Amino acid sequence: MARVICKPYFKLGTVAMFQVRIHGRGGQGVVTAAELLSVAAFLEGEHAQAFPSFGSERTGAPVVSFCRIDDKEIRLREPILEPDGLIVQDPTLFKAIDVLQGLRPNGYLLVNTNKTLDELNLADVASTLPKGHALAVPASELAMKHVGRPLPNAALLGAFAALTGIVHLQSVATAIRQAFSGKVAEANVAAATAAYDAGVSAH
Amino acid sequence: MLKQIEGSRGMAEGIALCRPEVICAYPITPQTHIVEGLGEMVRSGDLKKCEFINVESEFAALSVAIGASAAGARAYTATASQGLLFMAEAVYNASGLGLPIVMTLGNRAIGAPINIWNDHSDAMSMRDAGWMQLFAETNQEALDLHIQAFRLAEELSMPVMVCVDGFILTHAVERIDIPEQAEVDAFLPPYDPVQVVDPREPISIGAMVGPDAFTEVRWFQHYKQNLALRLLPELASEFKERFGRESGGLLRTYRADDAELLVVAMGSVNGTIKDTIDEMRADGIRIGLVTLVSYRPFPAEALRNALAGAKHVVVVDRDIAIGMGGQLANNLDLALRNLAGAPQVHSVVAGLGGRPITRKSLHRVFRQAIAESWEGPHFLDLNEVIIGREIHRMRKTRRSGPTAENILRRLGEAVATPGVERGRSL
Repeated sequence: MARVICKPYFKLGTVAMFQVRIHGRGGQGVVTAAELLSVAAFLEGEHAQAFPSFGSERTGAPVVSFCRIDDKEIRLREPILEPDGLIVQDPTLFKAIDVLQGLRPNGYLLVNTNKTLDELNLADVASTLPKGHALAVPASELAMKHVGRPLPNAALLGAFAALTGIVHLQSVATAIRQAFSGKVAEANVAAATAAYDAGVSAH
Repeated sequence: MLKQIEGSRGMAEGIALCRPEVICAYPITPQTHIVEGLGEMVRSGDLKKCEFINVESEFAALSVAIGASAAGARAYTATASQGLLFMAEAVYNASGLGLPIVMTLGNRAIGAPINIWNDHSDAMSMRDAGWMQLFAETNQEALDLHIQAFRLAEELSMPVMVCVDGFILTHAVERIDIPEQAEVDAFLPPYDPVQVVDPREPISIGAMVGPDAFTEVRWFQHYKQNLALRLLPELASEFKERFGRESGGLLRTYRADDAELLVVAMGSVNGTIKDTIDEMRADGIRIGLVTLVSYRPFPAEALRNALAGAKHVVVVDRDIAIGMGGQLANNLDLALRNLAGAPQVHSVVAGLGGRPITRKSLHRVFRQAIAESWEGPHFLDLNEVIIGREIHRMRKTRRSGPTAENILRRLGEAVATPGVERGRSL
């Protein structure tokens, strides 16, 4: 599969690796999101490695998960310190921890919010990134509409596909259908598709 | 078949392909997902002719495995950390009785203070209990090692521990090639026990042995582990022929041929070290790696051969023998004993209780080994400011209180999650 984006330059030996860090709170499906993203990349023939930040999986507690994507075997086992992509499932985290830490200068920022990036005081951050690399999507709202629960993870993956092109929406949908079944799967695919469309139209 | 799945789930599928007949399970993080996966497969009928026994403790888990194995069944269990300590007496019994049980260890630190995260302390606590201990670098190797472990255990009638880094591997979702049943069947024949407890032909196993024979019994255990030094490379080579992958054996080398500095390590950190080595090679530093797979038996000769040409050896231990140093480093001295012109050995203790081992820190410590060596174990990324303050306080105040809580208070609440240290790296 040819990636839509230019692969970010990765100085440390491995040239093409794309690293994603996902921030959220316990109960928001943060770990599942990283796993689904890794499956989507796997379906496109890439190597992918998803792993959680272990141990703090209490409902409401800040949770971090990670996903690396590369076209060759991934050997690295350290946490992702300098992400190429950052997904923030809960905007209240900006006040609690340094969510943006290490975000690469040419990286991507995706925030789940029904506000604008300006309203979240993220305009300055967005302006340091290349144009079109920061996106706000009301993923919880879309999840409420399609899934009936405020679980933003699947929707955010749809938006992330639109924002970065690192995976196709179709692969995200397949990954969701492999992890879930029946109505739950279809509802999450619908949420992901709606968020993808929102992401595309924002560009 | 290639799958993108959690390491634990991949291992469960691999273990199921080995056709275990008795699985004894007691849950403890981080190995729980493995036996959960196996339990589901037994219930769904995907794993047939297998008894899945929920037991009341780790001591019972291994004791039931011992009974099952002595009765002629292929027996499997898994544990971690305090669970291994709780079954300690049975760990020695399994090897002393010569029963070919395979056990996964989801490597985790040992308390106190309580810590659920990864290091190799649990494996090290039982390193001399007579089990063979194999360390997996990746989840693919973790799966592959189980297939080889059953074969190894049963050929020698000795138990094998497959050591898999807790969370780092057990909870990582990545690409794993799941073999076909026919392939595994061709590599691993049905269990043909050397001893069976059978009411029709009664024998006794584990009777008292006095000074007249105890030395000889122990000699045989040691002898079997020495046989494993030959058997392990043979199994790895047969495995490669059948499955097309390098897995297992005694050790593997990476960019080692012309290396002045060789790193020695076990488990998942080898991947991060390889990336670090590539970066340092690009800077012209002649550095390579020896990945140790078999910790017991300890392949002293193979290590000596691998390390003989180097000037420096850095041993990365994910454990600490308190009052002594890194356990692998200490064992490695044996491999270099009496070697003329032996390399200088530098011991690094890293990744305790789940602290991430980063390329940045490895770069620093590898360069330091060449430029400015040290005596004794070097604790990677030790927070010297905190240590200094605490030592000062303990000297000033007799009732200085509990060390762990004092350190936590100083760090603030954010330290509870590894990798998310306030004001430092994420």
